[in-house]
Amino acid sequence: MNKIANDFCITVGTKNGSGSSTANTTILRSIFKMGIPVSGKNLFPSNIQGLPTWYTIRVSKDGYIGRREENDIVIAMNPDSFARDLASVHPGGVFFYADDIKQPITRADVTVYPMPIKSIVRADANIPSDFRDLVGNMVYVGVLAQMIGMDMEKILAALTFHFKGKQKPIDMNFNALKAGAEWAKANLEKKDPYYLESMNKTDGLIMADGNTAGALGSIFGGVQFAAWYPITPATSLAEGLNEYLPKLRKREDGKHTYAIVQAEDELAALGMVVGAGWAGLRAMTSTSGPGLSLMTEFAGLAYYAEVPLVLWDVQRIGPSTGLPTRTTQGDLTFTHFIGHGDSQSVILLPGDVFECFEFGWKSFDIAERLQTPIFVLSDLDMGMNQWMSKPFEYPNQPMDRGKILWEKDLEELKGNWGRYLDVDGDGIGKRTFPGNKHPASSYFTRGTGHDAYARYSEEAPVYVENMERLRKKHETAKLYVPAPVFHTTKGATVGILSYGSTESAIFEAQAQLEKEHGLKSDFMRVRATPFTKEVDQFLAKYDQIFVVEMNRDGQMNQILLMEYPQFASKLKSVAVGDGLPASAKWIREGILAKYVKTGVAKKKPAAKKKPAAVVKKSPVKKSAAKPSSSKAKKSAVTSKSKKK
Amino acid sequence: MTQALPMAGAAANANAAGLSKNDYRGAPSTLCLGCGHNSIASQIIAAMYELNVIPEDVIKFSGIGCSSKSPTYFMSRSFGFNSLHGRMPSIATGALFADYRLKGIGVSGDGDTASIGMGQFKHMMRRNVDMVYIVENNGVYGLTKGQFSATADKGLHLKKQGENPYMPIDICMEALASNATFVARSFAGNPKQVKELLKAAFAHKGIALIDIISPCVTFNNQENAVHSYAWGKDHEEPLHEISYIPPRNEIVLEREMEAGEVREVALHDGSVVALKNLEKGYDPTNRYEALRAMEDAQRNNWLLTGLLYLEPEKPDLMSHYNLVDTPLNRLTEAELRPTTDMINKVNELMF
Repeated sequence: MNKIANDFCITVGTKNGSGSSTANTTILRSIFKMGIPVSGKNLFPSNIQGLPTWYTIRVSKDGYIGRREENDIVIAMNPDSFARDLASVHPGGVFFYADDIKQPITRADVTVYPMPIKSIVRADANIPSDFRDLVGNMVYVGVLAQMIGMDMEKILAALTFHFKGKQKPIDMNFNALKAGAEWAKANLEKKDPYYLESMNKTDGLIMADGNTAGALGSIFGGVQFAAWYPITPATSLAEGLNEYLPKLRKREDGKHTYAIVQAEDELAALGMVVGAGWAGLRAMTSTSGPGLSLMTEFAGLAYYAEVPLVLWDVQRIGPSTGLPTRTTQGDLTFTHFIGHGDSQSVILLPGDVFECFEFGWKSFDIAERLQTPIFVLSDLDMGMNQWMSKPFEYPNQPMDRGKILWEKDLEELKGNWGRYLDVDGDGIGKRTFPGNKHPASSYFTRGTGHDAYARYSEEAPVYVENMERLRKKHETAKLYVPAPVFHTTKGATVGILSYGSTESAIFEAQAQLEKEHGLKSDFMRVRATPFTKEVDQFLAKYDQIFVVEMNRDGQMNQILLMEYPQFASKLKSVAVGDGLPASAKWIREGILAKYVKTGVAKKKPAAKKKPAAVVKKSPVKKSAAKPSSSKAKKSAVTSKSKKK
Repeated sequence: MTQALPMAGAAANANAAGLSKNDYRGAPSTLCLGCGHNSIASQIIAAMYELNVIPEDVIKFSGIGCSSKSPTYFMSRSFGFNSLHGRMPSIATGALFADYRLKGIGVSGDGDTASIGMGQFKHMMRRNVDMVYIVENNGVYGLTKGQFSATADKGLHLKKQGENPYMPIDICMEALASNATFVARSFAGNPKQVKELLKAAFAHKGIALIDIISPCVTFNNQENAVHSYAWGKDHEEPLHEISYIPPRNEIVLEREMEAGEVREVALHDGSVVALKNLEKGYDPTNRYEALRAMEDAQRNNWLLTGLLYLEPEKPDLMSHYNLVDTPLNRLTEAELRPTTDMINKVNELMF
């Protein structure tokens, strides 16, 4: 049997609330510490205890850490999902299961390893009976470790980190794990091809989740006020602030430079943030789709009254309550248009954990510079799962507090100023904060019509002038939002445009398309709206641009169609919204289904193209119209990332 | 900038802050002539003038509705935020964190507070935010031209709405149930009491709710309606006469106290509210008493006015946060951004 090293998927099926997350995170972290690129995704139900839950680990020597749809190794710990778990093993794969589950093994094409979890746990007299189920999870880690060659030292390092160095739980868990490994060594014969072999590809990297990264970034951005309401999958972002602010902003006098309020609902959460942002604090909230729906009225007020704030939307799939524990990029158009009346949003789109940190601090600078809400759209997969990342980097520029007038500034102006007066021609006025003692400092803020001096007005020309200034300000935003990231391939004939957490799956799909179909692509990951000039240039460059995203309707594609009607015929939506993280498979198949093979690349595209329909059906199901003559040259992907 | 226009012929009598009454005025009112809300705005101006408040030390807040327009009509030199319908509490809660030295004055209405804003109202009471919360209560929606509000009496008739089938909400009872620390009710037709309550409310550290029955002269001033002048005048049952006595022993009683027991309650800053009991030995620091008094008033169809409840010692919201002495909105990058070496610490905290 051919050995398969460092290139497979492990899925563990357990019961929600059974304490398996420690075990699964230990597998993930151990493999990471062995220097092998790895990712872990928790597919969990909206439930506290009892329903089936899965954890999938992708091991990839090539560094592809997007979701893969095949399970090579399945560990079944839950009788309720046993049959489904067994059926999910890829032919030739491996099935580990707790042998107290008495259900038929119906597959002959997989290697089966029963594990006497219960008897191994009972054999250790040091494990209290109420800890047996929890610690039992460690036994399967031990059996797996023995069978695929996980490094025991790295496992111990992972457990030590997890239990913050507390010896008692470390010992109890590690002993159970070792018992599992020893049992496997004595009783199981290796019949499958899967192995781990140490590498050095994770040297210098860290592991973190996007919500923690976002919270930490916000702290380095000087967050002063946060109000929030609990909601999956955003809760851990606010809790990250609670956890790390006291550590990172500790003062000798023990006093605080920040305040966090758990509000009564998302309406009040954003209301408090609007109040704080208006009064001069770096203020933020974090939520998910249903909360964002409630926040809509305040988002409109903040846009119109020009209040800076940062709003994180860790997206979960809707509409309505939707699938509360599944990921999506389904809030993009909603955020783009949020609020009634004419409005335009500035949206940041982090693509990984590193950017969650970076946009954490940067978003405050942009918010205060533009005096407008900044929406940061993360997602459940990025926010809640552990990802490999470059270490976080200290902000490379000083804080930008924007245009603020204090007492001495007002003295210089002799009190002559108007809150919404566009003196600089960039659409941005100057702000004063309550507490300013200058008698001309105050102004009256309102969501009703107002003139350049913040006075109430219902006059049509005054209204129009104000709205046109807001439009100008939105143009100014292009100078401040992050530019896209490019990954170019020599000889590319098509473009791929995406955003957010789909990047790794796209890299993999790009390699597959080139290797198997000779289709070379350039890839641009958009990191913000409004679109910067780099986006204009990219769209102009290719005849076919595949817009890849995780939602049903192709929301980024919809926005591009509106912003760039001249390019409508070459935009092709590749969109899947099933609640699962993007996989290379559906991206590849979706692109092939829409790809039109032209005679000679880069010749007169415009004349031949029929106007593109906005395609709403899922591209995945189509078994792609494969380009026949694509046994093309196999030059290596030159995937270089140049950030602009 | 809205500039207060000097009133013709008004003498510029400076108070201890060196300001004249004009320094407390706002833009001319656009509310109906005779609206109770205008009378309340006048009393706010008078109270702030008499308390020697610096207008820059106050932030005005409101929601949406006739009442919520009124912050434009007093204290132009103060910052103001006319926010969203029923959402004034959250805006004020966030804004007041920016500078703990500032005091909030919020003006809301019965629709703004007891209907759309009930949730935020009760949570603001519970959090004990340091501000005065005035409800200008007329039992009717004025700006949308006469619909019942949640405080309208059952059985009340309005021209286009017919008869109100629902029981009213008692704002003071809701406040008390939510652990408010200062609960008062007054009547716009009793300006002296309104002013004294405003002064005491301003001196209170924490949330100070004043539910002021403020008749709508256009849509709800029927003789039989609780929120009318005629009914209010006939049915007002003051619990006590109230005088606010500022610190430093400057006792300014506008009128001689009549014989009878005078009960004084000290506020956090050393000022005192003096209550002269009219009937029984009413103790406004007794929550149970307050609830009983309100229940009695309801059963007897009285408009019970005065300081219903006071708990001066309970810590306000901000005091739970142990904030630095410098107002948060004057902190700079040096105080807000962790130092460069902290980034390594953070990366070490990750796996």
